[in-house]
Amino acid sequence: MSDLMNWMWFHKLGSPKWFYEISGRWLPGLAIAAALLLLVGTVWGLAFAPPDYQQGNSFRIIYIHVPAAFLAQSVYVMLAVAGVVGLVWKMKLADVALQQAAPVGAWMTAIALITGAIWGKPTWGTYWIWDARLTSMLILLFLYFGVIALGQAISNRDSAAKACAVLAVVGVINIPIIKYSVEWWNTLHQPATFSVIEKPTMPMQMWLPLLIMVLGFYCFFAAVLLMRMRLEVLRREARSSWVKAKIRAQLEGRP
Amino acid sequence: MSFASFGDFLAMGSHGTYVWSAYGICLIVLVLNVVLPLHARRRYLQDEARRLRREESR
Repeated sequence: MSDLMNWMWFHKLGSPKWFYEISGRWLPGLAIAAALLLLVGTVWGLAFAPPDYQQGNSFRIIYIHVPAAFLAQSVYVMLAVAGVVGLVWKMKLADVALQQAAPVGAWMTAIALITGAIWGKPTWGTYWIWDARLTSMLILLFLYFGVIALGQAISNRDSAAKACAVLAVVGVINIPIIKYSVEWWNTLHQPATFSVIEKPTMPMQMWLPLLIMVLGFYCFFAAVLLMRMRLEVLRREARSSWVKAKIRAQLEGRP
Repeated sequence: MSFASFGDFLAMGSHGTYVWSAYGICLIVLVLNVVLPLHARRRYLQDEARRLRREESR
């Protein structure tokens, strides 16, 4: 019986209608949390955190660079997990999540690369070098482009879902390469200075705003992903009666 | 506060161009990621509502 109960939520999670209802309840809270965390973290990081004793004020780019880079990698792992769930259990919602998370992940990778390049100029004296960390992040961006392009190029939805899932799962090999690139190869990029679980190596006044920004970026991603998934669910279920009822309710001005 | 004046804050100790361009680009990308899906949703709901009305009046 308890086994049965354990599987119930899994199947419910796969139900588009249930997802639409529950995500509608989560969305406002996530959006508010993201806005507050990003606002507090930005003001703290830009104006109140002390300057770095070596890099001066250019180090403040860390407050967007590190959260974006974290998210860029986490989102790709999420694509791979969604890919496995989609391939093994044929859950349709997993494909919706995969397709809708990929563009956001690509944007985060772009932010990490661009802010990193800008930060590199005053710190290393160059915008770009072909070192292991930078190159593996660029490969991550192309993997995202690949998933997005594959999803759009194949018109049959099931084939597209399968192809994207396979690419997401295979491409996840790049994630440990990014993580260990700074240890395996000689690189200009410094090793990780931020970890949620380890003791901070920087002063609290620098570390706390970074933690807040990382949390803010994750909440931001969750809110944007839900927003995008909800629209995609409506599109895919356009013929079902509950979607028609939702649109009629919108027509009459009800939420 | 880590800066003596607002001018100092903008200058970022000679790194102003780097810091503000990085933050500016980041802000634009984040705003786009919110505005585009919201806009797409509104347009979709309008289109679907029109389609439903047409179907019903037939």
